[in-house]
Amino acid sequence: MRIVGFCCERGPEQAIDLAGEKGLRYPADLVFIKVPCAGRIDIVHLLQAFREGADAVLVLGCLEGNCHHVYGNLEARKKVDRAKLILDEVGLGGYRLEMFHVASNQPFRIPELALEMASRVERVGPSPLAVRR
Amino acid sequence: MIIGEQKSLSEIAAMLEGQRKILIAGCRSCVAICLVGGEKEVAVLAESLRLLSSLKGKGWEVEEVTVERQCEKEWATELGARVQGKDAVLSLACGVGAQTIQSMYPAVRVLPGLNTSNMGAPEEAGVFLERCGGCGDCVLHLTGGICPIARCAKSLLNGPCGGSQGGRCEISPETPCAWEEIHRSLERLGRLDLLEEPIPPKNWLPARDGGPRRIVRKEAVLTDEQKRAKGGRA
Repeated sequence: MRIVGFCCERGPEQAIDLAGEKGLRYPADLVFIKVPCAGRIDIVHLLQAFREGADAVLVLGCLEGNCHHVYGNLEARKKVDRAKLILDEVGLGGYRLEMFHVASNQPFRIPELALEMASRVERVGPSPLAVRR
Repeated sequence: MIIGEQKSLSEIAAMLEGQRKILIAGCRSCVAICLVGGEKEVAVLAESLRLLSSLKGKGWEVEEVTVERQCEKEWATELGARVQGKDAVLSLACGVGAQTIQSMYPAVRVLPGLNTSNMGAPEEAGVFLERCGGCGDCVLHLTGGICPIARCAKSLLNGPCGGSQGGRCEISPETPCAWEEIHRSLERLGRLDLLEEPIPPKNWLPARDGGPRRIVRKEAVLTDEQKRAKGGRA
């Protein structure tokens, strides 16, 4: 199983670090990619991750109303919503992609969210592109 | 500016069936402003098609290019090298741009990625409204700068119909009654007197009813010699 997580370098990345420090466990096949702000993520990046064989993709932004760039996390949510529609249209399924809001003091959310995405993949099976690879 | 909407991915995929080398051609003018055919939208559509191709085994090789204005031959010339060897060009420009590149590169199939809708303007971020009917005989000087042809559902020229309710058109509560707006505008301008002068039945010949329109500015037309000096470009 391959899960890609795009995470904002502010709240979410600190939560990931803290989860590591606390020894909270989450699936090792979850790879995080740090971005300056969730709003920096583009629909192209999300689709590309799936084309490269990701079974699921999650986007971690800061809590609503807590974005350092004011609207970055809300912009990210709009892009994720649009990308979900595209994934539905191509037949891969929008449920393989999700956006979550995480604050730096919520390390316990990281394993929760990782498990949520992993269980989604278990329910629907691996991405056909991942199998081919 | 020209407003368009992207066709659905399934429609585009159906058009591309049987093609292999595909060039998606965007346009940085009107369709980039209305967020359907600029560089960004070309990239998203290209990635969507690549994903679809990988999933369904379509075998598409998708390339991307965006020019300043597809509807002008000077800019569309930039596509030349990129069009070579392609089975199809998917144009994300308006219908004008798509036709221009089809006429310049007749050996390649040009497919429309957009449905061209109307001549309008951005009202707010993400909202685009029709503003001009292109009737060829403008009456904005009589109607307070509000076009009754494009903005009235019935294109009425002498006041609202019975469907105008509370300043809204009967076709949708989101559509303001053009004649309500015309009245308010003329009131603000202190020119309600203009409403007393009836506008006569409109001559629709300068509009689409007279057939495809051709406008010539004689002083700008090049002589054959000038065209030759410019390398054959008109």
